[in-house]
Amino acid sequence: MTESWVSPTAAGGRSAGQWLGTLARQRELSLVAIMVVLGGLVTLTAPQFLTYANISQVAVLAAVIAVAAVGEALVVITRNVDLSVEATIGLVAYAVAHTLELHALDTAGAIAMGLGLGLVLGMINGVVVTLLKVPAIVATLGTLSIFRGVDYLVAGSHEVPFDGLPPGFTDAARDTLLGIPYFVIVAVVVVAIGSVILRSTRFGRQLYAVGSNPEAAAILGIPSRLVVFTAFSMCGLLAGVAGVLWVMEFGTISGTSATGVVLAVVAAVVVGGVNIFGGSGTLVGAALGALFLGFIANALILVGLSQFWLQAIYGVVILVAVTADAFILRRLKRAAVRRSVR
Amino acid sequence: MTAVGRLVGRWETLLVIALLGLIVLGSRLSPFFLTPGNFSNLIAALMEVAIMALAMTLIIVAGEIDLSVESMAGLASAILGFLWAAGVPLTIGIPVVLLVGALGGLLNGLFVARVGLPSLVVTLGTLALFRGLALIVLGPRGISDFPPAFTELGFGRVPGTPIPWSFVVFAVLAVLLGLLLHRTWVGRQIYAIGKNTGAARFSGVRVTRLKIGLFVLSGLVAALAGIILTSRLSSARADAGAGMTLTVVTVVLLGGVNIFGGRGTIPGVVLAVIAVAVMQNALRLASVTVEVQSIALGSLLILSVVIPTFAHQAKSAIDRVRRGRPPPADSVKGERAIS
Repeated sequence: MTESWVSPTAAGGRSAGQWLGTLARQRELSLVAIMVVLGGLVTLTAPQFLTYANISQVAVLAAVIAVAAVGEALVVITRNVDLSVEATIGLVAYAVAHTLELHALDTAGAIAMGLGLGLVLGMINGVVVTLLKVPAIVATLGTLSIFRGVDYLVAGSHEVPFDGLPPGFTDAARDTLLGIPYFVIVAVVVVAIGSVILRSTRFGRQLYAVGSNPEAAAILGIPSRLVVFTAFSMCGLLAGVAGVLWVMEFGTISGTSATGVVLAVVAAVVVGGVNIFGGSGTLVGAALGALFLGFIANALILVGLSQFWLQAIYGVVILVAVTADAFILRRLKRAAVRRSVR
Repeated sequence: MTAVGRLVGRWETLLVIALLGLIVLGSRLSPFFLTPGNFSNLIAALMEVAIMALAMTLIIVAGEIDLSVESMAGLASAILGFLWAAGVPLTIGIPVVLLVGALGGLLNGLFVARVGLPSLVVTLGTLALFRGLALIVLGPRGISDFPPAFTELGFGRVPGTPIPWSFVVFAVLAVLLGLLLHRTWVGRQIYAIGKNTGAARFSGVRVTRLKIGLFVLSGLVAALAGIILTSRLSSARADAGAGMTLTVVTVVLLGGVNIFGGRGTIPGVVLAVIAVAVMQNALRLASVTVEVQSIALGSLLILSVVIPTFAHQAKSAIDRVRRGRPPPADSVKGERAIS
């Protein structure tokens, strides 16, 4: 269905494409607008919202989710989904923290090991989906359970304490460059590199092609399986980055670290306007979605609502975001039909 | 294919063989494995999952999915505990909870069937929403002073037998939903929707209404599972049932239901429930930890899709070798085999 409104005529197709581009940009703009308005309202009741300390704290937390959400967005754009990211984040976080605790590797070595582990876990997902032909939702629900099981198995009841890490390791979460937290810089670099790849490379365009119309992509000779495999591998790698950031952010790591994070990651992607049916969406949107969720969590606490409201509000935000998507899509289709009739 | 070949090719037959193997393995591992008391324990611990799996079967056959069931079970538990703590008798509390379940299902159904949103995202949203509501209602506390007559539902057994009451609930539900899916026009329409929604709609199936009905059923059954869970643990908590959706979906797919809809049977899912219960019990008797069980469950989930896929490929490879011969007269029926 998604392709019908892009295709009627060459001219109509181009203008529909422009429309889509504008709307995609509007999603990012509307997220920013909502945040500014809500931020103003929150500041009225809780003035400490608009302080540098608070804003940077929100941004640092959101950066971790944003990095994972960028990886998830790559997978979702290909019309797949990766539910195992939280297990990858948790397993990488524990592996890195425990390695550092045992002094088995130096800091750089442990980080490299963590990223490699994330990549391997992502490649496992890619193999199960592309070679074993298991639908992504089933495959990653399975690997979620497997990776988490391995995490529990390795960790047992052990918890890497804060002072088990090398001195200064967790400072990275608080350090800044010209007033900008390092975490935010990492997230911005990831989004920038990813966006350039998506916009300007053959692989990036193939990602969208596979997601928007797999049959047509196959006819065009696009190696769909390789593209999907690469998307899953990148998602694993970025989950690995998020896992390393997780250790720096929280310091205390156990086998249950990052449980339930997949909800925030997928929510960020959906709220950021990436179509869950694949084929459209931007990484900037996914990252802004993560920032938006972090912002809401922060505002909730400052306004004085209990933490228990967070889950319910996440749920409502997801439902509102997909409903908005559906209505935009419907209106687009109607506009395209009207044009093609003329 | 011969009659024997057809029987061997069926997923349910494979499940029975796997089940027998597991039972032999289990009785080798421990002399307690085949005792009635052990059977009763192993089955009681899985009943909430099993009950939710029955409704999930219909949803997945119709080509949708409901990830929110575990949160609905938690919400049911939280509301039941909240009402009981507020002095509302269970004879009122239980119907209220079931009504909440149906309403939650209705919410899912309206978003999926009426607004036309993907059920994966909608129920991911309500997975968070229902759990959040449970936390708002009950907070972090647990309510545990339920009357013995209520905890009997989860703990107790049918007098004179080792059969837990919750198994009776499961069996009745399995028969009812089995008849609905396999013996009525409603069931046929559910398969039709799962195979080809557009064609079903043009054939006069009221797709929207039927899908909403299925989600209401799923919510209702999840609330029932929440009540049974509360009774078995004799404690109402907002985090009840957390993580159960994975097991529910695993059991359904292990029962031979196709994740893309249109194929699967209730007897298959019932067999899968028993197989998973036996497996978990055998692993526990072999003192394999819960962590490894989660690895086993995840692997099973993936294998339950990989094996039919490759069996199908092997079958079509054999068919290709046989090409040239006239197709067997029962090739139409052959569709019921793994394909």
